[in-house]
Amino acid sequence: MNMYSESDKIVPLTQMQSGQSGVVAGIAGGFGAARRLENMGIRPGKKITKVSGMFLRGPVTVQVGHTQASIGFGMASKIMVEPRK
Amino acid sequence: MRKILLMGNPNVGKSAFFSRLTGVHVITSNYPGTTVEFTRGHMLVAGQKAEVIDVPGTYTLEPTCKAEEVACEMFKEAAREAIKEGDVIINVVDATNLERNLYLTLELMEKKVPVIVALNMWDDTKHRGIHINVEKLSEWLGVPVVPTVAVTGEGFAKLIAEIHKARTPKVRHHTRQERWEDIGKIVKEAQWIEHRHHTIWERIQDLTVKPRTGLPIAALVAYLAFKVIRFIGEGLIGFVFEPLFENFYTPLIMKLSLLLGSAGFWHDVLIGKLIGGEIDYMQSFGLLTTGIFVPIAAVLPYVLSFYLVLGALEDSGYLPRLAVLMDNLLHHIGLHGFAIVPTLLGFGCNVPGILATRMLESRRERFIASTLISIGVPCAALQAMIIGVLGKYGGGPVALVYAVLFLTWVVLGFILNGVLPGFSPELLLEIPPYRFPPLRILARKVWWRAKGFLREALPIVLMGVLVVNLLYIVGVFDFIANLTAPVVTGLLGLPQEAVAAIVIGFLRKDVAVGMFAPLDLTVKQLIIGCVVLSMFFPCIATFMVLIREIGWRDMLKAAGIMIITSILVGSLLNFLL
Repeated sequence: MNMYSESDKIVPLTQMQSGQSGVVAGIAGGFGAARRLENMGIRPGKKITKVSGMFLRGPVTVQVGHTQASIGFGMASKIMVEPRK
Repeated sequence: MRKILLMGNPNVGKSAFFSRLTGVHVITSNYPGTTVEFTRGHMLVAGQKAEVIDVPGTYTLEPTCKAEEVACEMFKEAAREAIKEGDVIINVVDATNLERNLYLTLELMEKKVPVIVALNMWDDTKHRGIHINVEKLSEWLGVPVVPTVAVTGEGFAKLIAEIHKARTPKVRHHTRQERWEDIGKIVKEAQWIEHRHHTIWERIQDLTVKPRTGLPIAALVAYLAFKVIRFIGEGLIGFVFEPLFENFYTPLIMKLSLLLGSAGFWHDVLIGKLIGGEIDYMQSFGLLTTGIFVPIAAVLPYVLSFYLVLGALEDSGYLPRLAVLMDNLLHHIGLHGFAIVPTLLGFGCNVPGILATRMLESRRERFIASTLISIGVPCAALQAMIIGVLGKYGGGPVALVYAVLFLTWVVLGFILNGVLPGFSPELLLEIPPYRFPPLRILARKVWWRAKGFLREALPIVLMGVLVVNLLYIVGVFDFIANLTAPVVTGLLGLPQEAVAAIVIGFLRKDVAVGMFAPLDLTVKQLIIGCVVLSMFFPCIATFMVLIREIGWRDMLKAAGIMIITSILVGSLLNFLL
C-alpha cells in the first residue's frame, strides 16, 4: 500500500517497542497529517524515541528533540521509522 | 495606537509574558491551548502608550483549529497596519525547543512586519544543558533576540528597551522545505546541546503516560483531587463562612426583619419567609438572606477549593498526560483526548469549558463537546448546592447523581458519535515537562477566578431570587405548574411546584436547587430534581456562549437534545428508584 512496506528495516511507529529509538524515514499519510506532524518537529531525518503506547490502539507518545508529543494511533501508524539497531 | 502582538507556539509562556508586560492578569497554565481568545492590555514604550495583545499560540500561520485561526487573523490585521501604525510582533520562543519554534519565526519574518524575538524559559535551558549563542542567532535572523524568563521577569528591562529596534527583515517567500533547511543551518551554528542522562523527574514524566502505571496514577489523582476539593470546601463553609454569617450577619438581618414588621411585601422580597420565627438561609428566599448566602457561603467556598486544585493540575503539566490516557474512551464519544481539558474546566463553570473547545479541530467535535459539557458536567455552583441539599442523606444519593450524569454523558456521546456524520480527528498534542506550580501565580489565578465568579454570579443570583419572589406574587408559577403538571408530576414524579425551580434554572442553577429546599421533597425526588435540573437547559450565561461558539442552529439542536434527554432520564429514574 505504501512505498515502505517492502522493506523490512522500516516499520510504522506503532510497531516499535517502548523505549526504542530510530530515525523518521517518511510519513505515509495525507498532506494535512504530515504538515501537522512537521509543525511539531516530527519530519523525515529526525531522531525519534517511542516513550510509550496506550493499549487498544491508543495514542503513542514520542520524544523528538526536546519535544514530547502524543499522536493518535491512526496518525502514528503512518509515521515510518527506521529503528536503530 | 501602536500595537504589540505577542505571538509564538502554544505553551511557550505568552500569557505569563503578557501579564508581565501589562500588569493585566490572564489565566496561564502548563498545557498548550490555555489562551483561545485574545486579550488586550497596555504598556509604555519609550514614554508612549502602546496596546499589547496576547494572541493564542500557533505552530504556523496556516491554521488547523479555531484558536489558531484567531491568531492568524490577528496577525494579518497587524501586518496590514504595521507600516502606518508602527506595529511590532514580539515572537515569544521556547528557548528549550529552538528548532521547532523557529519555523513560525521564519514565517513571520517573510511577512514584512517588524519582529523582535524573546527567548523565553531561558532559565530552563541551563538545567537542560542547552547552550544558545544569542548574538549569532540575532545575526542570522537579522532581528534583535533577547533571553527572558516571564515567570520571574528576568530580561524584561532589556526587552522593553529593545522593542524600538525591532526590524523588518527583507526575506523573500520560502517553501516549507527551504525553511526547515535554513533552520537546520541556524540551529547548527547557534545552539550546542550537552548530552544529559534521564533525570528522576523525567522518569516520573514517562511513568504518568505509560498505561500500566499511568492509569492507576490517574485514578489516584482524580480521587485525591475530589477529596481535597471536598475537604477544603467543607472546611471553609463549616469553619469560616457559616460562623461568619451566624455571628455577624444573622443578628443584623433579624433586626431588619423586626424593623420591617416581620411580614409584608418588602419583608418578603428582602428577608423572605421566616421559618419558625428564624431565618433559614436555604428556605427563606429573600434577597438579603438566600440571595446573599447561596453565592457567598454555599458556593464560593467550593469555587475557591475547586479552582485551587484545578490550578495546581493546570500548572503542573499533568492535564495533557490525562488527555493521552483518556484518548481511547473519548474516541468512542466522537472526541479525542484533549477534550478532557474543556470538560474539566466545565466542572468549574460551563462557560470557560465551552470556550476551551476552540482547541478541538472540527465543528463536529466542538458541537459534541459543548453539548456534553452543558448536559453532563455540573458547574461548581450547581455541585455545591447538590451537595448542600443531598449531602445530609449521606454519600450515596450524591454519588448517584454524579453516576447518572456520567452515564448520560457517555451514552449520549456514544449516540451522537454514531448519528452525526463525520469522524473524530486524531489526537496530536504536545506534552510539556512537569513544572512545580508557581505558588504566587496559582494564588493569583484562584483569586482572579473567584472574583470573576462573584462579579458574574452575584447579580444574576440576586436577580433570580427577585424574579422568584415576583413570579410567586403574580402567580405565574401556578399557571406554569398547572400547564406542565402531566410531565413534572406524571413522568418525573415531582410535585408540580417543582417546575418553578426548573424555570429559574435558566437564570442560575444554584438558586434553582435552592428552590427545592422549601418543597419537602423525598430523597428520591431530590435526586430526580437535581439530575433533571443539571441536564434540562443551560443557564443563561452558558446559553449565550453556546450561541456565540456553535451558532443559533446548533444551539437549538443542542437544547432539543438536552430537553429530551433530561425528561427521558428523569422518567427512567422515577420508575427505577
